[in-house]
Amino acid sequence: MSTQLPTSNQNEAGEMVTTDGVPLRISLARARRRNRNRALLLVLPLFLFILVTFFIPITTMLFRSVENQLVGEMLHRTLPLLQQWDQNGGQLPGEEVYAALAEDFKEARENNTAGSVGRRLNYEESGFSSLFRVTNRRINKIEPPYQEAFIKINKDWGKLDTWRVLKRESRAYTPSYYLAAMDFGYSPAGSIQRNDDNNRIYLQLFGRTLWMSLLITVLCLVLAYPIAFLMSTLPVKSSNLLMILVLLPFWTSLLVRTSAWIALLQKEGVINDLLVWSGLIGDASRLTMIHNATGTIIAMTHVLLPFMVLPLYSVMKTIPPSYLRAARSLGASPTTAFIRVYMPNTVSGIGAGAILVFIISIGYYITPALVGGQSGTLISNFIAYHLSSSLNWGLAAALGTILLVAVFVLYIVYDKLVGVNNMKMG
Amino acid sequence: MAIPAHASTGERIWYYTFRVICGCIFFFLIAPIIVVIPLSFNAVPFFTFTEEMLSFDPAGYSIKWYQDFFTNRNWQGAVSNSFVIAIFATLISTTLGTIAALGLSRSEMPAKTLIMGVLISPMIVPVIIAAAGMFFFYSDIGLASTHFGVILAHAALGTPFVVITVTATLVGFDQSLIRAAATLGASPTVTFFKVIVPLITPGVISGALFAFVTSFDEVVVVQFVGSYQQRTIPWAMFSGLREQISPTILAVATLLVALSIIMLTTVELLRRRSDRIRGLS
Repeated sequence: MSTQLPTSNQNEAGEMVTTDGVPLRISLARARRRNRNRALLLVLPLFLFILVTFFIPITTMLFRSVENQLVGEMLHRTLPLLQQWDQNGGQLPGEEVYAALAEDFKEARENNTAGSVGRRLNYEESGFSSLFRVTNRRINKIEPPYQEAFIKINKDWGKLDTWRVLKRESRAYTPSYYLAAMDFGYSPAGSIQRNDDNNRIYLQLFGRTLWMSLLITVLCLVLAYPIAFLMSTLPVKSSNLLMILVLLPFWTSLLVRTSAWIALLQKEGVINDLLVWSGLIGDASRLTMIHNATGTIIAMTHVLLPFMVLPLYSVMKTIPPSYLRAARSLGASPTTAFIRVYMPNTVSGIGAGAILVFIISIGYYITPALVGGQSGTLISNFIAYHLSSSLNWGLAAALGTILLVAVFVLYIVYDKLVGVNNMKMG
Repeated sequence: MAIPAHASTGERIWYYTFRVICGCIFFFLIAPIIVVIPLSFNAVPFFTFTEEMLSFDPAGYSIKWYQDFFTNRNWQGAVSNSFVIAIFATLISTTLGTIAALGLSRSEMPAKTLIMGVLISPMIVPVIIAAAGMFFFYSDIGLASTHFGVILAHAALGTPFVVITVTATLVGFDQSLIRAAATLGASPTVTFFKVIVPLITPGVISGALFAFVTSFDEVVVVQFVGSYQQRTIPWAMFSGLREQISPTILAVATLLVALSIIMLTTVELLRRRSDRIRGLS
C-alpha cells in the first residue's frame, strides 16, 4: 500500500514535470533560452548597425597607423632583391637592384603611384618626395647601365642611407607613425632616436591637451559646486527655475555658444568695449582673449559646465540637510562641518562630473578650432589637420589611436565609478 | 535655505556673499546666450554694441540679417539639409535604439556590459576620430558626399542617447504588466502597442529629441563625410565664423536659441509626465 506511485506532476525519477510530461528543469531552461534569444534578437539590429556604420570604419582607420603596403606594392621587384643587400657593408646595391628599380618606376609611371610613395617616404626622410618626382619624370629615357643612370638623375640614388630607408620601409607594417607621434624617428643608420628640439611637437601637444583639459575640469568643478549646492538646498520651485539657466546652455547649439564667445571676447568685442568705455583699459591696450589658449579655456569651460552641474546636483539632492545640522550640534564649526561631513558625501558626484568633463575635453575639436588660434589648439585639431591638409593619414591615425586609448581608459574608470546605465541627461 | 534667526553677523555676510557668487556663475552661464539676441539686430556688420544701440536709437537696429538669412540660398539650402538629415537620422536611431533598449532591459540579456559598451561607443569616441573613420570607409563604399551617408553617420551618433533615455524609462517598468496582458489574452503585438508603447513613449520622445539635436548640431562628421551639397546650418556657421564673419550668424544663433527653448520645454514636460505615469512623483 505504501509503494509511491508517480503523481501527476512527477515522473519516474521523481522530477517535477509540466502537463505535457517534460521535466520542469528542462522546460524552464528552454524558456530561459528562448527569452535570452528574444532579448538578443531585439538588440541585434542596432548592434549590427553600429558595427557597420561606426565600429568597422573606426577600426579600419586605426589600422592605417601601422599599415605600410604602399612602398612594397610600388617597388615589388626592387625590395625582394634588396633583402640580400648588406646595408652595413659600405657597398651600394648591385646593378640588378637598379634594373629592378627602373622596371618598378616605369610601371609606377603608368599607374601614377610614384608621387604618393615619395610623399610616404618623405615622412621618414625629407628629400624622398623630390627624389621620386624627378626620377618619375625621367624614367622613360633611362638606359643601362642603370646604376650610373640613376645616380645621374639624382645623386641620392648613390647614397647608402637612401637604400637603408627603402630596405627598412619594405616591411608591410611600420611603427614609424607611432614613433613620429611620440616625437621619435629613425636616424639615417636605422636606429630609433628622439627628434631634435625643433621637431618635437606632439609630446608637447599631448601635454597641453591634458593640462588644458585638467584646468577646464577644475574650473568647471569650482564653478559648478556652489551653484549645485545652492540648487540642492533651495525649495523645488526655485531650484527648478535655476535649473533652466543650466539646461538652456546645455540645449543650445554649440556653434551658437561659440559664436557668442567670439562676439564677447574678440578685440572689438563686447567685453573689450565695456572695459574701454569704463576706463579700465586704454583703447590701445585692448586685451587679446581669443584665438589663444585663454579663449579656448573660457569657451570650453562654459560649454562643459552643465556636464559638471548635473551629476553634482543629483548627488547633492540626496544628502539630508540633517547631516550638517548634526555636525554643527556636535560642535563643528560651519567650515569643519562642510569639509568633514558634506564634501565627502559628494565625492561620487565630483568623480562622475570630473571624468565626464575630462573625457569630453581631451577629444574636443570645434571650439578650439574656432577660438583656439595657435596656442589653444588641442590634439584633435592636429588630427584634423593631418587628415585634411597635410594628408599624412598614418600619423593622423596614430595620434587618433593614442587619443582613443586615453579616452577608453577614462571610460572604464567612469563605468566603474558611476555605471554607464546611471548616466543622467537633461 | 532661509537664513536662521540666530545666525551671527559673519554667517549673514557669508550667506549673502555666497548668493552673489552663485549669481555671478549663473550670469556666466546665461549671459553669452542672451547677448547674441540684441546683437543680431545690429544695423552695422559688427559683432558688438554700437553707440546707437546703447542709446536705443531705432536707427541702430535692423532686421536685415534676418532678411539675409531667409533670402540667401546658401543658408536656405543649409536649413533644408539640416532638417532632412536630422529627421531621417532621428527616425533610424529612434527605431533601432528603442528596440535595442527593450532587449537590454530584459533580465535574461547576456553580456550586457559588453554590448552596452559597443552601443554607447559613438557617444564616447572623440568626434574627430569617428569623422576620420567614416570619411575613409564611406568613401570606399561610395556613400561619401551623399545625403544617405550623412544620415547613416548621424544616426549612429544619435543612437546612444535613445538607448540611454529609453533604458532609463524602462528601469521603473513593471515586467509583470506584460505577463498580465498575456494572461488576459493579448498577443505579443497587442501587448507591445497597448501596454509597452504608452509607458515608454515619454522616454522615446526625449531620446528622439536628443538624437535630433545631436544631428542638428553636428558639424565635424558632416564636413568629412559630406560635401557642399550636404552642408547643414552648423556647417554654414562654422565656415562663416572662420571666413567672412557676418552678423547673419548671430541672427541664425538667435533662431537656434528659440529652437532650443522649445526643445528644453518639451523634454521637461515629457519628463514630468513620465514620472507621473510611473508613479515616481
